[in-house]
Parts: sequence; structure tokens; C-alpha cells
Amino acid sequence: MSLRITFITAGRILRQLLNDRRTVVLILAVPALIIALISAIMEDSPQMFDRVGLILLAVFPFVIMFLLTSITMQRERTAGTLERLMTTPTAKMDLVGGYAIAFGVCAAAQTGVAAAVAYLWLDLDTVGSAWMVALIAIVTSVFGMVLGLLVSAFAATEFQAVQFMPVLIVPQIFLCGLIWPREEMAGWLQGVSDALPLTYAVKALQQVQASSDLTAEMWGDLGIVAGAVVVATVLGAATLRRRTG
Amino acid sequence: MPPDNPAPPAIAVDRLVVERGGRTVLLDVSTAIPAGSVTGLLGPSGSGKTTLIRSIVGTQKIKSGTVTVLGEPAGSKGLRGRVAYVTQDAAIYPDLSVKSNVAYFASLYGRSRKEAMSAIDAVGMHDHAGQLAANLSGGQKTRTSLACALVCDPEVLVLDEPTVGLDPVIREELWNQFRDLAAAGRTLLVSSHVMDEADRCDRLLLVREGRFIADDTPADLRASTGSANLESAFLHLIRELERTS
Repeated sequence: MSLRITFITAGRILRQLLNDRRTVVLILAVPALIIALISAIMEDSPQMFDRVGLILLAVFPFVIMFLLTSITMQRERTAGTLERLMTTPTAKMDLVGGYAIAFGVCAAAQTGVAAAVAYLWLDLDTVGSAWMVALIAIVTSVFGMVLGLLVSAFAATEFQAVQFMPVLIVPQIFLCGLIWPREEMAGWLQGVSDALPLTYAVKALQQVQASSDLTAEMWGDLGIVAGAVVVATVLGAATLRRRTG
Repeated sequence: MPPDNPAPPAIAVDRLVVERGGRTVLLDVSTAIPAGSVTGLLGPSGSGKTTLIRSIVGTQKIKSGTVTVLGEPAGSKGLRGRVAYVTQDAAIYPDLSVKSNVAYFASLYGRSRKEAMSAIDAVGMHDHAGQLAANLSGGQKTRTSLACALVCDPEVLVLDEPTVGLDPVIREELWNQFRDLAAAGRTLLVSSHVMDEADRCDRLLLVREGRFIADDTPADLRASTGSANLESAFLHLIRELERTS
């Protein structure tokens, strides 16, 4: 693995994205607009918006990064560029790292815009700091990204790649505590929820919301999400094969 | 190139067997390709040309046998900056310009932007350097892909049907360029299903149904089959094989 090639790869992926102006606008604007919509819906219940809007700040970039990466990587696999890269000095981890940096930058930009809109304009209120919220949101979206990288190996077409979203992403959103409190779910569902990384991102956010202290529990929850990133990255890199049949 | 050439071959294929999808695609093939030559890999589509090429660049899983390139096992780390591969379908990024594509590959190989520009000039894409690859014609895409390979100044250049769909003038220019590269000591393996390109090669490998049916110079091939042109020499060999089997 070479840091130089990792950054070259990240630069190439970012340049590809920048050449697609419409995608850039969608990446930057859509999560902020959706959060504004939620805020308008919950106009009479600011406490509700503080809870839901905050979670959406992490969940939206998570979903979008999953979709973007699964499709970009799926293209790379089927268009022959992956095979071509495997004959160059590019190591597998250079490619995965390049994707992580490029989409991490996108996630940071997206979260930055959405968080600025939510805090400054929509009066989102948390006891803890907005920076901590942004950090949790970025780590969560990087998790979405590596998950996308991983599923691209199991998708033969872009059409299939998109359809992995209801399989891998939607259950995590339903069970993470966004639409229904976890404590009120059946025991076995709580068990499933405990096994899903997004749950810990939400738990970490809820702690930032409730307390201005950076608790050990919050770091522990964020650590679990970061651990899931590492596991999915290793699995994703393992699906990149230099030699194929 | 005399057959008793004492220099080690640039590419040595020894008893190579490759299976794809339960079908044997290459059946125990062996050959030695001398350095500083242009070898034509000819045969109908589906005969195993691409599989042999992928074995040489190290992206094909092989069942048995060995492939050695520049004294190292095919696909070794040390070969990745010395062997370049031009895939059959241009392996370039449609959402990047010609310049960005070639500059990306140049930087992977540790080459400068200036070298990228001269590779673009060498394939006659100077006037299209700023254009997005998605908007290029098929032949222009192939030339861009070729520039991405030429930019590393490879010792071994493997090209899979690089001249398909090209303007005759450009085809002529490319072949002249291949000859110049060979004269400078580079080794080229060029696959084609067009027989009229065979005469421009130093050696010919004729493949049919996963076997080499000839491995000779064009002149010797014509002489041994008593044929005036290579097309009829190829036919002669196939008929002879059918008679004996």
C-alpha cells in the first residue's frame, strides 16, 4: 500500500464527481432540504425535531454515501477499469483508501451544509456540541460508504446495486430508534437492533443531545461504528480480486 | 529473430491450462516470445486470445502451467510498472477528460504530467485532450486507453484488439509506432482477428479452440504451407488439423 497512490486515487474519484455538476448539487443540497422539510412538518413540536432532525443528520449522508459508492464501485468492476488498475502499481487498499478519502470528503461537505442549515436556520438544539454531531455523522456516512463498497461485489449490475439498499440500509434505519423507540420494540427486535452498527451512531447522537460532556459511553458507541467501518473495509478489500476466473 | 536466440524470452508460457466457467479455454499451451519483437496473436473470437492475454498480465486465474514475464511470474508486484495492458474495451473513465484519464495513469506509474501529454500526442489525441471520454468515438477511446498504457514506457506492452474500428490512417500510424517500440527493445503482443495485420508482425501465434496451431514467422508460415498469403496459410493449417484428427 502506498499513501501516494491512495491520494492519487482519491483525487481521481473526486475529479469524476466534480465533472458531474448535477450530482455535486444533489449531494450538497438534498440532505439539507429534507431536514428543512422535516422541520416544517414538525413546526409545532420543536422537541420532536430536535430528536428526529438530529438523527437524520447522520442517517441521510449514510444512505447517500452507500448508494454513491455501491454504484461507482460496481461501475469500476464492470467497466474493466478495476482489472486495468490491478495491473498497475495500485494495491487493493490504495483503491479502498482512495474511495474512503474521496467519499469521506463528500460526506464531510454534505454533513457540513446540512448541519449548518439545521443549527443556524432551523434552530436544531442539542446540549452537546455541533462539532461532535458532525463527527458522528461523518463516521456514520463513511460506514455507509464501505458498506456500498462491499455490496458492489455482489451486484452484477447497477440496477442490483441500488436494490441492496432496502436489504442492508432500510432495516438499520427502522431499527435504529429513528421511527420507534428501541425500548418499546419486542425483545428479539431489540436484539437485532443491538447487532446493527447504525443503532450505535444514533445512541451516540442521543448522548450528545442530552449532555454537554463527552461521555465514555458516547465514545464507546462511536467506537463501535468505527469498528464496523474497519470490518466492512477489510471485507470490501477482500472482495477485490487481482485474478479472476 | 533466430530460433536459437540465447537471450531469455520476454514472455514464456509453459503448459498453460485455463478453465473458465467449467470449460477449458486454453489447453496446455506453450510459447516463448522474444524481447524486442512484435508478436501477433491471431484467431477467431472465442478462441482464447483474451484469456491468454489476461494470463500474461496476471489477471486470469490459471489451472496449471506457468507464465513468466521478464523473468518473474506473471502479475508479480515488480512487473506492474513494466508491463502495460490495453484491454479490448477501453478501460478509461467516461466522466474524466482524455487528459485527466492519462494523467491519472501517469501518476499511478510515477510519471509526470509532461509524459502524460506526450503519450496523448503519440496516439494522435492532442486535439481531443480536453474532451470527456464519454463523448469520444470508439476508436478515440481505444487510443486514449493506449495512451494510458504507453505513458509508463512499458518494457512489455500487451494489446487486446487495439485496432478494431480505427481509421486506416490511424491504424497505419499505430502499427508504425508498434514497430518503433519493438526497434527500441520493447516487446509487444498484439491480438487481432484481422489477417492483414499479421504481415506487420515478427512472429505469429495462431490460436484456435484453445490451442496454438502455429507459432512462427510470417515468412516461414507462408513457406511451410505453400500459401501466398497468411489468410490461406491459416486455412491450410486448419484443414490439415481437421484431416489428421
